[in-house]
Amino acid sequence: MTINTLAKGGWYREQMTCFRKMEKVIVAMQDPDMGMKMRNQRLLITVIPHAMTGRDVIDWLIQKYNICEEEALHVGGMLVRYGYIYPLKEPRSLVLRADETPYRFQTPYFWTSTRWPASELDYAIYLAKKNIRKQGELMEYEKERYSLLHKRINHTWDFVVMQAREQLRASKQRRKADRIVLECQEQAYWLINRPPPGAHNVLDMGLEKPNNFSLRVTLNSDYYKREIESCRRALGRNRVKSSICLEGFVKFSEQYQNHDPIMQGCLPSNPWISDDTAHWTMNSEIVPVPTRLRVERWSFSFMELLNDPIGRREFMTYLEKEFSAENLCFWQACEDIRHGESSKIIQKVEDVYKNFLAPGAARWVNIDSKTMDKTLEGIKHPHRFVMDDAQLHIYFLMKKDSYPRYLKSDLYKNMLAKAIVPQETKKSVFPFMRRQRHSSPSPAQAVTQVTEEDGRAMGAGKAGTNSAAGSHV
Amino acid sequence: MKMHYLAAQYSRPCVAEDATRAEKIYMRSPPIPEMATQEVQLNETLAHLKTESETLKSKLEEERAKLHDVELHQVAEKVEGLGQFVMKTRRTLKGHGNKVLCMDWCKDKRRIVSSSQDGKVIVWDAFTTNKEHAVTMPCTWVMACAYAPSGCAVACGGLDNKCSVYPLSLDKNENLAAKKKSVAMHTNYLSACSFTNSDMQILTSSGDGTCALWDVESGQLLQSFHGHAADVLCLDLAPSETGNTFVSGGCDKKANVWDMRSGQCIQSFETHESDINSVRYYPSGDAFASGSDDATCRLYDLRADREVAIYSKESIIFGVSSVDFSLSGRLLFGGYNDYTINVWDVLKGTRVSILFGHENRVSTLRVSPDGTAFCTGSWDHTLRIWA
Repeated sequence: MTINTLAKGGWYREQMTCFRKMEKVIVAMQDPDMGMKMRNQRLLITVIPHAMTGRDVIDWLIQKYNICEEEALHVGGMLVRYGYIYPLKEPRSLVLRADETPYRFQTPYFWTSTRWPASELDYAIYLAKKNIRKQGELMEYEKERYSLLHKRINHTWDFVVMQAREQLRASKQRRKADRIVLECQEQAYWLINRPPPGAHNVLDMGLEKPNNFSLRVTLNSDYYKREIESCRRALGRNRVKSSICLEGFVKFSEQYQNHDPIMQGCLPSNPWISDDTAHWTMNSEIVPVPTRLRVERWSFSFMELLNDPIGRREFMTYLEKEFSAENLCFWQACEDIRHGESSKIIQKVEDVYKNFLAPGAARWVNIDSKTMDKTLEGIKHPHRFVMDDAQLHIYFLMKKDSYPRYLKSDLYKNMLAKAIVPQETKKSVFPFMRRQRHSSPSPAQAVTQVTEEDGRAMGAGKAGTNSAAGSHV
Repeated sequence: MKMHYLAAQYSRPCVAEDATRAEKIYMRSPPIPEMATQEVQLNETLAHLKTESETLKSKLEEERAKLHDVELHQVAEKVEGLGQFVMKTRRTLKGHGNKVLCMDWCKDKRRIVSSSQDGKVIVWDAFTTNKEHAVTMPCTWVMACAYAPSGCAVACGGLDNKCSVYPLSLDKNENLAAKKKSVAMHTNYLSACSFTNSDMQILTSSGDGTCALWDVESGQLLQSFHGHAADVLCLDLAPSETGNTFVSGGCDKKANVWDMRSGQCIQSFETHESDINSVRYYPSGDAFASGSDDATCRLYDLRADREVAIYSKESIIFGVSSVDFSLSGRLLFGGYNDYTINVWDVLKGTRVSILFGHENRVSTLRVSPDGTAFCTGSWDHTLRIWA
């Protein structure tokens, strides 16, 4: 694949959208009624009209978009970086200052979007002009580029020099103020479109993305037939009223709020803030006593219970008491088939059949006859999803029956009662001392210790005793 | 013959006389060479299909609008507003020599893998900021990387059109590249990859307009997903009970929800005005958020089957490269092309905070598995952990 960075590809589209939006802001800034108040600025002995200060720009942005100073500085800063506003005093420093530094609006002729991408020919003419106007005024990198261009477009060099001379002649006939302004504008344009080496290149677009509906995917009749089929199915689906769905988000966020460390903090402290890993240690995959928040979460949904190794172990214990542990074992075995290695599927399906589905099996699971028949039929040609229906049936059986009873059981209630509620460690406890940040055993170490071949590690808790390199200062 | 077929499709009553009259008219036209006739017919069919597709889409939007009886922020009026929001950079990871393009967290909540433009893939312990492994890919622009659920391997790919899996070895002398395993093969660049529930399967999306599910062990293609009209840029797996769906977003401005088993597109949303760079499921799995070049993030509810919120602000001009939810789903973090991170209140639709720090585009953003922090990667060559 070739990366043609000059082609009018996807990033052209992306940038043009941004340019248009920035231009809207610029136009609004210059609005006679709601725009900024401009004034004359003194540049040495010349008076430049229609200028404004950095402070003016920021105040206007704060007022217009109802944002804070920092954000206004940022937005204004982007306008300067992209060349829509340029500094009068230090033209090479494309930075917005929140003070009396004077700035001016770039003329639309020199907006980056107007003639984009900037052409080599125009750049050559610009450098030629600079060279002619004051011998040796070109900077080092400009001199290099100038000679490179001279080699590359040598065939049009007469034209370049002619154009340069013509433009210089025309500018001599302008008033000094206008001439200075035009020079500033042109310089700003080229600082952005041909940044000096090492300077931040705002126009760096990265990888080329295609035009709208590129030819990578052929929009043939197959494509449209699929679209139509998809639409027909979508039209037939059941939808739920917004009021019901959206209420669900409110409830979910409320339920999980205490468990969200970014919203509510976490106990004893957030490791990233305090440099103390106690929170992670207390919440490892397997711990002797889990935290209260963790045990509470098991009651939020059946999936939460099953996703937690301790939760799943507790549930298994409960099912064993109820003599229905085979359900969870069956479910786990099905998960293993679904997510395990392709090469082991046939063997695993056979094992599952022998242990759970065959008549008189040691751990026979109770599936309705329709699903059983379908599954047994499917087993004749085993594939990854052959157990799906049976697995779902058992899953919902556990979810609707055993799970709610587990939550009401003494087993769960005791778990909740003896769960730890860590003490909060305030950061002030470690005011000046920078805590040592200790490494943890890499999960990759667990590979040598795992005997099961299902690719799921036992977690950091079980890893080896050799710690990797010590603390980091 | 042709008239009858069309009539049946559009369920219009077809009167026999009309049909014969039409046939007579057709037969009266001057003789056209056989090939051209077929071509004309094909073009007509294509145009018809396109029109039918568009008509159905408008009808779908009408149906979707019928059940939309309230806005999210209205429902959220009773919810308490969020107070002052303070998040800072807690770690800065320096080591990439070029633009950071992608990152992913390890399940151990502190390790991460990151990839960059110069082909480097680095595994860090973000807590200590130590680099633990480094691999140099044979291609540049490694746009996708993912950590295996076991923590024992990483997957990555980019301009090589492939997704390769590297088992992580703790032997410092071992060359990781030696054990590399080529898993996925596309006909264009790899834009995103993700392991499913285990180390054994990988889901990929590509610039060739498709997504695909692969068996890691054999490299076999298990399922492919066709339906996007242009490059697919991102994907995310659903955290659902049945674990069978995922969402993808692309340059065609569409976000598609797929059934992993059948390969079918079960839901499709087309409300963005530009490329969708990032999609992420809401923690309950009932919705997903998207971030686009049109400078907005949007929330799509899967049960209501429609867009239910737009997160945008007039002062935000640049596109969103990456989005993720906080653990409770109350906050949506967006990394933007203007080097900032905007934090949104998902329920109320308001912008809670704007975070500065990066010196170039934020290209990737992920919340850690336990929600204690989020990590951003940027074109300024660094990664930052925020908490």
